[in-house]
Amino acid sequence: MSTHESQAPTSTPGERAWALFRVLKEKDLIPDGYIEGLTQLMAHTWDPANGARVVARAWADPEFRALLLGDGTAACAQFGYTGPQGEYIVALEDTATLKNVIVCSLCSCTNWPVLGLPPEWYKGFEYRARLVREGRTVLRELGTELPDDVVVKVWDTTAETRYLVLPVRPEGSEHMSEEALQKLVTKDVLIGVALPRVS
Amino acid sequence: MDGFHDLGGFQGFGKVPHTINSSSYKPVFKEDWEHLAYCLMFLGADHLKKFSVDEVRHAVERIDVRQHVGTRYYERYVIATATLLVEAGVLTQDELDQSLGAKFKLANPPHAQGRPALSGRPPFEVGDRVVVRDEHVTGHIRMPGYVRGKEGVILHRTTEKWPFPDTIGHGDKSAVHQPTYHVEFKVKDLWGDAADDGFVVVDLFEGYLDKVGQTSPASEIAGKQAAPRVEQGVPA
Repeated sequence: MSTHESQAPTSTPGERAWALFRVLKEKDLIPDGYIEGLTQLMAHTWDPANGARVVARAWADPEFRALLLGDGTAACAQFGYTGPQGEYIVALEDTATLKNVIVCSLCSCTNWPVLGLPPEWYKGFEYRARLVREGRTVLRELGTELPDDVVVKVWDTTAETRYLVLPVRPEGSEHMSEEALQKLVTKDVLIGVALPRVS
Repeated sequence: MDGFHDLGGFQGFGKVPHTINSSSYKPVFKEDWEHLAYCLMFLGADHLKKFSVDEVRHAVERIDVRQHVGTRYYERYVIATATLLVEAGVLTQDELDQSLGAKFKLANPPHAQGRPALSGRPPFEVGDRVVVRDEHVTGHIRMPGYVRGKEGVILHRTTEKWPFPDTIGHGDKSAVHQPTYHVEFKVKDLWGDAADDGFVVVDLFEGYLDKVGQTSPASEIAGKQAAPRVEQGVPA
């Protein structure tokens, strides 16, 4: 017994994706290497290690920090970290009393070249629905408890600006090299849900 | 479009399925088909130039709500890309069904033709108090419903301009280019006490905003209807 609304699909998402691929392939519309080249960019070249390099440089170099906060696109371009979904970049400066967090409530917009493709949870309905309204609660549930005097500011990525969070350099990192600092900056730190910690 | 995709503030969801720094994020694609979603989307948008990324977003929004709720993220981009390629006449529903060996369910047809931007006004400045225009748009729009009619403060005006999503999202290349503004709202101004304290900053196109105290009548837009877009050859 079924209605048209509840009819279960008879194919899997993977089968549908490959079905579309085959139709395009048979029409000879997919150039050789197109899929492989783009997949390489998405799976390997665009990586949160890129954003970590940017943040570590900003922590170590006041001049670069000023550039990053004044013209994020130019700062990231110095590393070659611009491109699709990273053409107009704005860095969000955390302070002792401000925590920035990024979301895309309408879909999944993310600064691909700097942060890497968005993770599953960032694209999930829970994060998209709840972060804008219950930022502090969502951060606590994820494992980031903030003092009461820290204000949460959520940035909803609704147009062409692509963000990264510039967190406060953590205590205990004073003598660390730029390379060591990079390791403190995870993908979750760049999104803004986590704080960098010296273990 | 006041669709299911406009999730900001929607209540009833459980915890975000994640704990900070618990995921390695490698491999980026967990299953052998997931890379195809963006690859085929860019093939259609960038290589074949059959549609814009804005139209892809709108096509995802057009996925039937019951299907939308049950689909996975990358799956929705496969459906959107297939829908736009059929609407552009690059391939047919029959070819998709044949290839799949089953019915390939596409997104619903658009319920609107899009609209032009409200333009020709002086730009807003950082620090200006603005109100998001109280408009309901049946087509594509990049204004989350939770800021409609709400007041905020401008933190930033972009130094670049982009095509108005409500126009280009329907394939109309005559879209006016506008800057966007980072507009800061108090969370309590959006949902009262049924929310945490704090701020939300939304990146809004100029045409979605009025300076507080200087509202433009909706008739300014209503009078300038978009030219009907080229018929999309949707094969029977």
